[in-house]
Amino acid sequence: MADKTMVKGNEAMAEAAIRAGCRLYFGYPITPQSEFTEYMAKRLPEVGGSFLQSESEVSAVNMVYGAACTGRRVLTSTSGPGFSLMQEGMSYIAGAELPSVFVNVVRGGPGLGDIQPAQSDYFQATKGGGHGDYHAVVLAPGTIQEAVELVHDAFDIADKYRTPVIILADGMLGQMMEPVVFGEFRNLESLSDHLSWSLTGAKNREPHKVTSFNIDPYELEKMNMRYQEKYKKIIANEILYETSNMEDADFALVGFGTMGRILGSVIRRAREEGIKVGLFRPVTLWPFPYDALREAVADKKFVLDVEMSTGQMIEDVRLAVGDSLPVHFYGRTGGVVPNPDEVLRVLKERIEEVK
Amino acid sequence: MPTVKTFKPPKSLSGKEFTYCPGCQHGIVHRLIAEIIDELGIQERTIMVAPVGCSVFAYEFFDVDGTVAAHGRAPAVATGMKRSLKDSVVFTYQGDGDLAAIGTAEIVHAANRGEKITAIFINNAIYGMTGGQMAPTTLLGMKTSTSPYGRAAENDGYPIHVCELLKETGGVAYLERTTVNTPQEIRKTKKALKKAFTAQLEGLGFSLVEVLSTCPTNWGMSPVEATEWLEENMKKEYKVGLFVDKVGDEK
Repeated sequence: MADKTMVKGNEAMAEAAIRAGCRLYFGYPITPQSEFTEYMAKRLPEVGGSFLQSESEVSAVNMVYGAACTGRRVLTSTSGPGFSLMQEGMSYIAGAELPSVFVNVVRGGPGLGDIQPAQSDYFQATKGGGHGDYHAVVLAPGTIQEAVELVHDAFDIADKYRTPVIILADGMLGQMMEPVVFGEFRNLESLSDHLSWSLTGAKNREPHKVTSFNIDPYELEKMNMRYQEKYKKIIANEILYETSNMEDADFALVGFGTMGRILGSVIRRAREEGIKVGLFRPVTLWPFPYDALREAVADKKFVLDVEMSTGQMIEDVRLAVGDSLPVHFYGRTGGVVPNPDEVLRVLKERIEEVK
Repeated sequence: MPTVKTFKPPKSLSGKEFTYCPGCQHGIVHRLIAEIIDELGIQERTIMVAPVGCSVFAYEFFDVDGTVAAHGRAPAVATGMKRSLKDSVVFTYQGDGDLAAIGTAEIVHAANRGEKITAIFINNAIYGMTGGQMAPTTLLGMKTSTSPYGRAAENDGYPIHVCELLKETGGVAYLERTTVNTPQEIRKTKKALKKAFTAQLEGLGFSLVEVLSTCPTNWGMSPVEATEWLEENMKKEYKVGLFVDKVGDEK
């Protein structure tokens, strides 16, 4: 039985990255994720890794690009404003097909916004925040334990598909403490070596070239179609979601990340009052579990999507559900976290409308 | 048997045909870099980072591992590579728009950190690939497509002096400004490039060679006129010479 450690979310994700075999970190301090950067600064030298505080998030993402070119596991962490600055680099990384992991501990926006938890970077993360036809895989943990496990998965997915992977957390997950069981240290020898394409010096082989560039539109189209084939495989293989209390439910709540655990409290209270309600929680936000959500809510009276934003995932929920049943929305934004009481009140109001 | 010396391309050039205009000096500098890579015996551990600009294809022209960075970001990309593979030799090849405008933060901080990389900086005082717009290094009074009345300090500021700026940062191990306008100057540039790579190989810190270069196409001159214009105008603004040399200093 592995020991449980009481640990802050940002530090837990950082330790998980090291255990997953990441020895390279480039980042810039920003609240509410700075403990991530600080943890890496202290911890990476202990395990023979390399830590660098960059001059900006623009530089950090390009350092990630360079390190990823060498075929080794690399990660950066940031929060909304910094994540915006990284979008140029993410587009290049997606185009050059470089495995890399990004953690966005989301805060209230837009602009400088505030430093409280939010989910309003959903569009940016899932729809491709940079230029061009690309996607990054987006994983949304609901607990610190799940965040630790998803950091391991993120590196494996990044390596398997040569793609950027984003952990979309939020300020609450980054700042809270929970008991966590860490995974074993990955044997570095067991990691993908990427020797068939990576830039390590052309010793006893032809030189490798890594690029998102092709001046010939027909060739660039072919590159794009190759990305699309990869995305189809990711959609077929990597979708994750969780359901609870859905079997006998009349109504379905939908929420991701931190919101999922708040909706868990709503469901407990509602059921104490005899309201049969269940939860569908997407874990991969891209690829989004459209089919699973459609099937899970097919026999429900309505869906209530709850987010820490003015409504972003709601667009994917509506795409999944279509016109087959009503899709309601409730959200708080700007760093305000909906509490279970207010969600329960909204749920009851919607139920009244059905009656 | 008499010894016959044949003029051959360096091993570290791929043989792909250059995409540069007649009279452009990128080709000369490419060849010099490749000769140095050959002479130092580092082809098998060299990684190059090409810029955005006329030399965007440079990663194809060298027979070494390579990539092309986002505009201005080559020093950050090179930093990521070098921090990952400490025994590699990493160099960036950047123009004046790339290095001295959009990539100013990246080059200053890579230099200041003493990042063990080498930057080759081609300063021709104009944006080439996009068609002759004003560069941060465009001379005062010089007409370009975005300074059609001549660069005016009041509106556009002053030509930026990269070597003078970087020499004040602590991490620089080698810094020199040269030209490739004459055979003598080409030989000097080659020496400077060798020292710059040596600085990296010896782990002394950041190295950069700024090469004042011609752009006959966008300057609207013949190649010969362009070399004369460089002598008479570019060299007045940008003093050729050595700024920092820690190679061979007391260890």
